[in-house]
Amino acid sequence: MSSYEARFRVWRGDVDGGGLEDFRVEVNDGEVVLDIIHRLQATQAPDLAVRWNCKAGKCGSCSAEINGHPRLLCMTRMSVFDREETITVTPLRAFPVIRDLVTDVGFNYTKARQVPAFVPPAGVGPGEYRMTQEDVDRSQEFRKCIECFLCQDTCHVVRDHEENKQAFAGPRFLMRVAELDMHPLDAAEESGLDRKRTAQDEHGLGYCNITKCCTEVCPEGIKITDNALIPLKERAVDRKYDPLVWLGNKIRRRS
Amino acid sequence: MSVVDRQKWDVVVVGAGGAGLRAAIEARERGARTAVICKSLFGKAHTVMAEGGIAAAMGNVNSGDNWQVHFRDTMRGGKFLNQWRMAELHAQEAPQRVWELETWGALFDRTKDGRISQRNFGGHEYPRLAHVGDRTGLELIRTLQQKIVALQQEDFAETGDYESRLKVFQECTVTRVLKDGDEVSGVFGYERESGRFFVLEAPAVVIATGGIGKSFKVTSNSWEYTGDGHALALLAGAPLLNMEFVQFHPTGMVWPPSVKGILVTESVRGDGGVLRNSEGKRFMFDYVPDVFKEKYAQSEEEADRWYDDPDHNRRPPELLPRDEVARAINAEVKAGRGSPHGGVFLDVSTRMPAEVVKRRLPSMYHQFKELADVDITAEPMEVGPTCHYVMGGIAVDSDSAAARGVPGLFAAGEVAGGMHGSNRLGGNSLSDLLVFGRRAGWHAADHALARTGARPHADDAQVDAAAAEALRPFSAEGEEPADGPPENPYTLHQELQQTMNDLVGIIRREHEMRQALEKLAELRARARRAGVEGHRQFNPGWHLALDLRNMLLVSECVARAALERTESRGGHTREDHAAMDRAWRNVNLLCSPTDPAGGFAAADAVRGQITLTRETTEPIRPDLLALFEKEELVKYLAEEELYE
Repeated sequence: MSSYEARFRVWRGDVDGGGLEDFRVEVNDGEVVLDIIHRLQATQAPDLAVRWNCKAGKCGSCSAEINGHPRLLCMTRMSVFDREETITVTPLRAFPVIRDLVTDVGFNYTKARQVPAFVPPAGVGPGEYRMTQEDVDRSQEFRKCIECFLCQDTCHVVRDHEENKQAFAGPRFLMRVAELDMHPLDAAEESGLDRKRTAQDEHGLGYCNITKCCTEVCPEGIKITDNALIPLKERAVDRKYDPLVWLGNKIRRRS
Repeated sequence: MSVVDRQKWDVVVVGAGGAGLRAAIEARERGARTAVICKSLFGKAHTVMAEGGIAAAMGNVNSGDNWQVHFRDTMRGGKFLNQWRMAELHAQEAPQRVWELETWGALFDRTKDGRISQRNFGGHEYPRLAHVGDRTGLELIRTLQQKIVALQQEDFAETGDYESRLKVFQECTVTRVLKDGDEVSGVFGYERESGRFFVLEAPAVVIATGGIGKSFKVTSNSWEYTGDGHALALLAGAPLLNMEFVQFHPTGMVWPPSVKGILVTESVRGDGGVLRNSEGKRFMFDYVPDVFKEKYAQSEEEADRWYDDPDHNRRPPELLPRDEVARAINAEVKAGRGSPHGGVFLDVSTRMPAEVVKRRLPSMYHQFKELADVDITAEPMEVGPTCHYVMGGIAVDSDSAAARGVPGLFAAGEVAGGMHGSNRLGGNSLSDLLVFGRRAGWHAADHALARTGARPHADDAQVDAAAAEALRPFSAEGEEPADGPPENPYTLHQELQQTMNDLVGIIRREHEMRQALEKLAELRARARRAGVEGHRQFNPGWHLALDLRNMLLVSECVARAALERTESRGGHTREDHAAMDRAWRNVNLLCSPTDPAGGFAAADAVRGQITLTRETTEPIRPDLLALFEKEELVKYLAEEELYE
């Protein structure tokens, strides 16, 4: 097993400001960035704030930006970096800092509450639900989401435009609308709720111009743009009113 | 100092995993204003790590299944130490709890005819686990989270406030259950983000904090699993039951070191994966214990036929209960037949096509690819035992989930004891959370709403004492204590983990457990001097210093109970008492605080902080005993139990 000393630069501070702090820290075989952050806590900076839980890419807690890229700290292996490289770890940019690598992700919980819940079909009791695998596949893909909010962080609609947060739910929650809309037994329509329309009118689907940044950062590999957002756009509005749908189809065909 | 923010609720639920959320939903639906407190963000609880599925005898895949068969399997898995009424309720109610999730939007994998698909798992006679690939826990937590949001949306429509009847206090830690006389009166805690203290007053508190794995070095558990609820109950005067039973899951990752302990789901074996040693031998055939001899295949050919024809063949021994498989792996490694990094080989690559592996075990494929550079569709995994689950826990009433001796205190999920006996079957945890989470929420709501008069009060003295206790780590450094220098909480934690791993681990010996108790006493004294730098805002060093109290208390319970039980059963294996002893079958060990007044700093290893008492369990109801063959019962039950 080979160890070496890596150069780290970690943002430290709080709502009043802060800056990058330099560290030199031991790295061992097979380690991930979160291991190094933990070593910093245990040996050099006991009060360094970071969120984490499962350390296996399943809970979506340890989201941060590594060399400017939104990543899960627990799923970023040290072996992807050059040993001479200085590794910079900063908090998610789209959300207000609380302390060090911990940000206030409350925006996401607010948006989650604004998406109307699953509407159970009338007259179908518990145990009577029948759905084929093919019909649940698509929504299941979206339910793989671990709510790491990396897509919310990277989406340029809000990343540098705080003012858009009010009107725009972000990829994660537009995908939630798509998930419910594609649920084979969701009875929203029967209850008078048009999910496609609300996606457009209430959750800001129109702001999305399908640059696929969300798909690129998704640690679960969910095709957010292609499988959720574009189909939702197609269902939501008439094509001629949304040239982006046309463009989206072009892009999709190309790849 | 008592200018602490106080709020009044009907029911307070501590913990927002499967059990906590299910309890909160139930309490709110029964009309109780309910607060949920959790250490992490809402929706990140350890339940998301559960992979394999939810055990429920729906009979969708094999119509031979029913609650009686599930009950039998659960009792066998727990080696008949289970609180049998819990096992009965669990088996009976699990299907309803799963179906209910579908009405809240859950999407399980389907059978051909459109029902919920069910998979095989260790110790379960029929395919029984409702699942979503290998991310069932995520589906469960998300569904419950979204149901909570749905209820909040209803409340918003009615009252204009999402949080008027159901509120989640996320990233908060509870450090004390408060009392008024014998009764529960609320909880004291702090916000992790700001470090501010708060009190939620309530006549009913549900503890649903999960397990204790973070006291062990190699574990599949996250940082949250510091035994908080176990310790809160103890400190509030409620005893813990059978804490010696700790489950080591047979298959955790062993390489690279930084991921050592991370879980490899049992579904790998349920779906056809096999265990081999360095000689290429499927060694599990050598480890089928007598009590299970008739139920498991004797040859590889028979085992392989079982996957397609389970009615005419016996199941492969890879699907024995977890304690058996973990011990077998341990023995193979010890005998020098282990893999290069000290585990054994778990192989699916030669058992099914690559596409099937990727479809059925997507997160395992992903996990090994990303973290270990291993392509499980092409090569075997290296796996070894990892501390996974504690069967012991707060002693509760089977029907109401009420903790003993403290009116108003309830417990559900991993933190509650009894349900799983000496060993839990895979898949029975998620169903346990749902069945007893609901029951705890129901009875907590009843308890709270029945109190029409004056409610129990949390007096200032208790609140001040709790605040002083929580602030102690900040003064530890400045005080220059006469008895030694300040201690680094991270170092103390590492020493604790090493101690429990080495001395009270999967195979236990008397002299090692005595050694562990001495070490724990030393750590306890040093933990009094655990100091932290910085301030109270999101300070992980401080948080850990406070968690140490809980881990040390719970670790002592485990070590002390393990030393007392001179037999091997389920998740408790003694090298010096290697056999299961029928005389211990009906004995529960209860842990309670030696000094209930709160003198928990005692550094005396012999006396310690925990007192053990033995208790004879209630005889198993005759109609439940009648579900088993006499020949099987004689292997477990003492003579006099059989003829009662």
